[in-house]
Amino acid sequence: MIQLKKVSKIYDDGFQALKEIDLTFEEGQLNVLIGPSGCGKTTTMKLLNRLIDYTDGELTINDKLISEINPIDLRRQMGYVIQSIGLFPHMTIYDNVAAVPKLLKWDKKKIDKKVDELLNMVDLDPQVYKKRYPNELSGGQQQRIGVIRALAAEPDIILMDEPFSALDPISREQLQDELVKLQQEINKTIVFVTHDMDEAIKIADQIILMRDGEVVQKGSPHELLTNPANAFVEDFIGSERLEQAKGLPPMTAFIDQNYTYGTHDQSVEAVMKLMLDHKQDQLPIVDENNLYLGVVSLYDAIGQQDKTLNDLIVKVDAYQRDDETKQFVGSRETIAPVIEKDGTFIGVLDQDQVLDVLYQKFDSKSGVKS
Amino acid sequence: MDFLIEVGRYMANNSSTFVSLTIEHIIMVVQAIAYALIAGVPLGILAAKYKKLAPVILSLVNILQLIPSIAMLAILLIYFGMGTSTVVIGLFFYSLLPIVRNTYVGIKEVDPGITEAGKGIGMTPLQLLAKVQFPLSIPFLMAGLRVAAVIAVAVATIAPYIGGGGLGREIVSGINLQNEIRLVAGAIPAAVLAIIADFLLGKVENKTKRRFAN
Repeated sequence: MIQLKKVSKIYDDGFQALKEIDLTFEEGQLNVLIGPSGCGKTTTMKLLNRLIDYTDGELTINDKLISEINPIDLRRQMGYVIQSIGLFPHMTIYDNVAAVPKLLKWDKKKIDKKVDELLNMVDLDPQVYKKRYPNELSGGQQQRIGVIRALAAEPDIILMDEPFSALDPISREQLQDELVKLQQEINKTIVFVTHDMDEAIKIADQIILMRDGEVVQKGSPHELLTNPANAFVEDFIGSERLEQAKGLPPMTAFIDQNYTYGTHDQSVEAVMKLMLDHKQDQLPIVDENNLYLGVVSLYDAIGQQDKTLNDLIVKVDAYQRDDETKQFVGSRETIAPVIEKDGTFIGVLDQDQVLDVLYQKFDSKSGVKS
Repeated sequence: MDFLIEVGRYMANNSSTFVSLTIEHIIMVVQAIAYALIAGVPLGILAAKYKKLAPVILSLVNILQLIPSIAMLAILLIYFGMGTSTVVIGLFFYSLLPIVRNTYVGIKEVDPGITEAGKGIGMTPLQLLAKVQFPLSIPFLMAGLRVAAVIAVAVATIAPYIGGGGLGREIVSGINLQNEIRLVAGAIPAAVLAIIADFLLGKVENKTKRRFAN
């Protein structure tokens, strides 16, 4: 666990890059530092491997003051991935990946094994790529090497400084996906700097949004999206993303409370008449206390006038008022009953109506609707 | 044409002399360049590593280069006397500038991203220099070496004035005896030597460049 308590950084020229920052990076979490340029996100990250030293406050890693750890040892225990990739162009891929283990004087066999394992992990065949030079690889492949170089000495903490921003959009997305997948396997404490909100939302466990050397808001992507702290956060996230995060309107917005329903003491004939009158092929049935019992379909009822209604009721699962609209949209049911928690019948969801609302939303977004 | 044939005939008749003169010439140049590398590379590294030293070192080697060669050798003559070693010292001074400057530029030109990566993964300043910065500056150093070699081959032709040997001996004799054939017979191999040095070191330079190009 990395903890920053009231950490400040003032440069020699008097510029205050960080103002009493309080932060915690939990073990095994992917933390994203984000904000406009000059907000102090990169400075914060570079405090962690002492490429920059803080002026004031307290920074501890696993309860040990960072100023008491030798910076060279500290850096060898941490992975570091940078924007410009920074592979050593005069070394083979093998030597690049093995750079830190070699500094730590691992024995050759152990290094060989580790390099093969890591190359396989990012789907680069060791036999093909080990002896190549960085300039023989594509940008995406190079940054994969950059990432596994940081993993080679099995550090607990990995720092990533805008690692994917120099890549083309397709490689970037691929590497983001791979990082998320990788993190599930390796479970490291990652501190990731970016200015790309989509990236942050996609990969982060915790997002730390900074401005002018201060933390504006921190929390899970979901928290930031659903509960932005102030106008700056909203602005930085962007209205489009906030709108998307809100998702579909709640289920109550779609419930048709005027939908015709029957009671269980009616005759089959009466129920059929009801359906035909209202041009419905299904009819929800309630008991005398208005509790939902099930649904009778027109096709089941035809020619079954001699039976009682109870025989024809099919127990179709009903939705509750608080369920997500998404569940119904995804279910492909044409209609579905909605009930209160106690089982009282409220009304019916109709797929056609839901789709109408969705179309409107989609139209207004793409600007088709005038 | 007749003149060239005569030069050729003269060289053929004295082939063993020419071979030994050429070897002498090459030895002087190689010695001087070797010393220049030994002294120049560390100087270049110092200049690149310490900002305050850079102007001092660079202007010093610059001044050395600006002294006319005949004056330089005359001055050295006063302190070191006649002999081949004085020539080598002079050639050493001339070779210093391209080597120091190119080492300096080569290290300065290393992509800051690569330097940062080296630092960030926990290299000590010395490891960073030995494993990253110096290897990456080699293409520049090779270019400097090439320039130094060509200059040294040319300047070495005035060696006989201060007791040195080499192909300059034929040239100086030619001048003194007003013998055009001997003069040209000394000048042509010296020129060819410079061209060969330029060509070969150029090849080496390209090879290192290709390796390190990113």
